[in-house]
Amino acid sequence: MTITAPRVDTTSVQHHAISLRGVSKAFGHGGNAVVALEGINLDVTWGEFVCLVGASGCGKSTSLNLIAGLDRPTIGEVTVHGRTALMFQEAALFPWLTVRDNVALPMRLAGKGKAERHRRADELLEQVHLGGQGGRRPHELSGGMRQRAALARALAQDVEILLMDEPFGALDAMTRDLLHDELEQVWANTGLTIVFVTHNVREAARLSDRIVLLTSLPGKVAEVFPVTIARPRRIDSTEVMGLAAAVTDRLRAEVRRHSDDMAMTPHSDEPHGN
Amino acid sequence: MATELEDHKLAEEIAGLDALEAHLETHPGRGRQIWSTVWPKVAAVTLALGIWQVVVWSGWKDDYVLPGPDKVLPALADLVGTGDFWKAVGTTMRRAVTGYLLALVIGSAIGVAVSRVRLLRTAVGSLITGLQTMPSIAWFPLAILLFGLTERAIMFVVVLGAAPSIANGLIAGVDHVPPLMVRAGRMIGAKGIRLYRHVVLPAALPTYVAGLKQGWAFAWRSLMAGELLAVVAERPSIGVQLQFARDFSRADDMLAVMIVILVIGIVVDTIFGRADVTIRRRWGLIDTSI
Repeated sequence: MTITAPRVDTTSVQHHAISLRGVSKAFGHGGNAVVALEGINLDVTWGEFVCLVGASGCGKSTSLNLIAGLDRPTIGEVTVHGRTALMFQEAALFPWLTVRDNVALPMRLAGKGKAERHRRADELLEQVHLGGQGGRRPHELSGGMRQRAALARALAQDVEILLMDEPFGALDAMTRDLLHDELEQVWANTGLTIVFVTHNVREAARLSDRIVLLTSLPGKVAEVFPVTIARPRRIDSTEVMGLAAAVTDRLRAEVRRHSDDMAMTPHSDEPHGN
Repeated sequence: MATELEDHKLAEEIAGLDALEAHLETHPGRGRQIWSTVWPKVAAVTLALGIWQVVVWSGWKDDYVLPGPDKVLPALADLVGTGDFWKAVGTTMRRAVTGYLLALVIGSAIGVAVSRVRLLRTAVGSLITGLQTMPSIAWFPLAILLFGLTERAIMFVVVLGAAPSIANGLIAGVDHVPPLMVRAGRMIGAKGIRLYRHVVLPAALPTYVAGLKQGWAFAWRSLMAGELLAVVAERPSIGVQLQFARDFSRADDMLAVMIVILVIGIVVDTIFGRADVTIRRRWGLIDTSI
């Protein structure tokens, strides 16, 4: 499979799809406040596939919530030039609807006609290789199939930006591999801008154009790794594994800095910068 | 060409994995399914009749006070053959259905209101639970004072008996909607009343149906109590028949009417039970092999 992403030429477009400027997010107040994100600067260009990677507490999900508009930053500015859809680790399909009706629901909420909804839902199911499964109930599908149905539902929202919060975290390796191929194909065919959160470094190297490594507590951008490996990629290729190793080393160094935290609670001033 | 081949390969791999992973359901034959649910019931009824007969044979009570199945079952057959009986059943069922539908509307409206408005929840949430535990027969003196010995007195008590359960079922259902469902609903564009219509209410359905089932049980009990206490003139009903049988010391008729009351209760309850199981099975909330 040759991936020819219909990438928008960034020089001719004034805006980035997503732009975070000096974004900080704190939860709670006063002494109990937890700073989840601090001084995040991040631009995502149209059609780009960006992975946010980090250990626990790096504010990966918080970033997605901010981009999705589910939450507001404490300081800073989040600009999103487009509509967003969000996928979770759980498919979160509605058990009272058939797979087709699940996929059609966003269109129903958008006021589209029944015939059009069904036609488009079947089309999308076909696209995620679930053609012919539309009449089944979510519980009759495997975990991987459910995630694909959730992907079809997200595509049904007709958005420009897809946000994914560890969408394949609960799947076995074989299924995840195939879903990587699948997602890459969908991305290539639709030209979506994707922000993908994961703790799986290899997955990030396999999928993305750029890996953004975040530190933990507070979450800051530690390093950005451009991924120039030619597509199609394999998760077990030397290039992907090599890059993953480099990112993992950096991530581990980051995690080591927190080894003192356990001994030094409550929060000491963290002397480490970037 | 290589692209198409690769695409085709991916499609095949995915289809293969799907086939391996999606769990296949096997349905037992329809006849076997019915038989497996019927025979335990038949056995239970037979056992109950047997115990009853043994108690009668033991001579614990005189035959005219506690007749055995050998006397009551023929009495039941006679009863079922009379026009008065069917008229009585008609009156009672009409009351049951009207009262229940009224309770359904009122209970659901209250349920929706309380689950949506926080202030209402704080104000009357526990009151509804309190009403649910209140024996409906305790309402009758007030009902008779307000409405006299009329249909309306009976309706009043039936509605008060059933509505709190129905409202509570809906409230509990809404309370227990998984937050992830709500989040997913919001993300795909369901907001305000449409979030309620497309996500919250459907998600609350299984608990609501459980409330409806319990509401029916309370409605039926209240109705029987009502028909015994508030005898409306010229209106034969099951309750009236029960009362008459007692008044004329016809123990066999009395027990026959009691069996009728029990059977109607069970039949309607079974309908609710089936609805409940169908929903849960469809949602994948119960193992299909049960």
